Amino acid sequence: MSISVQNISKSYKNIPALQNITLEVNEGELFGLIGPDGAGKTTLFRLLTTLLLPNEGSATVANYDILKQVKEIRNAVGYMPGKFSLYQDLTISENLAFFATIFGTTIEENYDLIEDIYVQIEPFKNRKAGALSGGMKQKLALCCALIHKPKVLFLDEPTTGVDPVSRKEFWEMLKRLKQKGITILVSTPYMDEATLCDRIALIQEGKILKIDTPQGIVDAYQKTIYEVASNQMHLLIEDLKHFPSYYSVFAFGEFVHYIDLNNFFDSETLRNYLKAKGHQSIILQKTTPTIEDIFMDL
Amino acid sequence: MNNLSEKIIVVENLTKQFGHFTAVKGINFHVNKGEIFGFLGANGAGKTTAMKMLIGISNPTNGRANVAGFDVHTQSEKVKQNIGYMSQKFSMYDDLTVKENITFFGGIYGLSRKQINSKTEVLIQTLQLGDIAQKKVGDLPLGWKQKLAFSVAMLHEPKIVFLDEPTGGVDPITRRQFWEMIYAEAHKGTTIFVTTHYMDEAEYCDRVSIMVDGVIEALDTPKNLKNQFQVSTMNEVFLKLARNIE
Repeated sequence: MSISVQNISKSYKNIPALQNITLEVNEGELFGLIGPDGAGKTTLFRLLTTLLLPNEGSATVANYDILKQVKEIRNAVGYMPGKFSLYQDLTISENLAFFATIFGTTIEENYDLIEDIYVQIEPFKNRKAGALSGGMKQKLALCCALIHKPKVLFLDEPTTGVDPVSRKEFWEMLKRLKQKGITILVSTPYMDEATLCDRIALIQEGKILKIDTPQGIVDAYQKTIYEVASNQMHLLIEDLKHFPSYYSVFAFGEFVHYIDLNNFFDSETLRNYLKAKGHQSIILQKTTPTIEDIFMDL
Repeated sequence: MNNLSEKIIVVENLTKQFGHFTAVKGINFHVNKGEIFGFLGANGAGKTTAMKMLIGISNPTNGRANVAGFDVHTQSEKVKQNIGYMSQKFSMYDDLTVKENITFFGGIYGLSRKQINSKTEVLIQTLQLGDIAQKKVGDLPLGWKQKLAFSVAMLHEPKIVFLDEPTGGVDPITRRQFWEMIYAEAHKGTTIFVTTHYMDEAEYCDRVSIMVDGVIEALDTPKNLKNQFQVSTMNEVFLKLARNIE
């Protein structure tokens, strides 16, 4: 087991940030913590990287105890915090050399691990980190987190505020790192990124709601979801919310996702209701649930 | 939105240079009154630079823009009085309470004490903030903060509101409630100018522009853009345009 968390709780003053968290991450696994701002993701990262102490519970990372083997853990993990934390007035190559030296290694020794990523920022290696674009900062931070060849990599919201193209590239990098045997724990508020992980934990308000493979979570979902569209999308949401047997109504891109209270409900009744409300070009069909649908129903 | 609607933002050859670097390269577009306009682009494409010129806090190097009937260069103070603005990074003062923030921004926007009091009451009621009106804004969950920030940006009933990544990191349910607030404002005739990295939100816009390297590469309704690029989602449109990734 690469990461093992047993009944961890953490409060700040009287406000609970994590409540009785238990989870295990296998060696070489790409594990996602999926949840919004304030769910407790960052607190869990700080506990596992020995930057905070839990109030209750225990955990091991790379088989080291987070309470008793702090130094061992710090050598065995790479951590990319959500907030950019490198030295702004050092250049790209100075930052990288600095982190390599701290961990008693050299850039050359583990170059194969960072090569894919480093070549993309190498043309700017003499530029100060503070003057880099968001995407380049992110790549530099990842290189610095990898330079000592960690066994476990912690990435706290690496793609928040990042555009869809750069997000796609970032996940492709993670896949290649996973193939090199590194265990990765990554957090994200983007539900669509859940499907790119081996397994995920859905987390909200300090509690884990579910742990499974993304497909497993989708397969276990019982309710039927309909996608609905019409010529008046803004009014559609309001009208669906006034349908007597509605369970939930959420905008979902070009469709509205509708769930009925009754599992055996006849969608024709709903179609007629919408027609009577003046909607035209109505689309009403069953659709496959996404992780985001399920998250909202927890 | 109807076809005869007036243009509330008109942008002509708008350009911004920083030294030898041209961040915005002579863009042209307009936004109709009451429209929800999605202003998309990759990080570093020039969105923020363009937006700063439109809200009157950065002067164009070349070209012009008219916002709510005023020139952003020569009448920037008038522009500021007629728009609302909120961003993900800065919205309100964390160590003031909910009520104090509303009073403060009401004052900044030049509302009378009477107006501020009645607005505060309405706001606290519609957002159901009764229990937390005396709490510091910094202690609120991000989603609440953002809903409140949006309402505060609307305090002076601006003609246009600029929203810079208002829903980044916000949980999926609150994100949707936020969009319902946007819809409601648009129905009242307020023009919405919004940036986002969530491509499902691009679908909620009446029209969307996609900026690549300082240029507007595409501008149309989400439906027409998907047809034009022969794909089924806005995410695919974005990927095709922004870096030609298949």
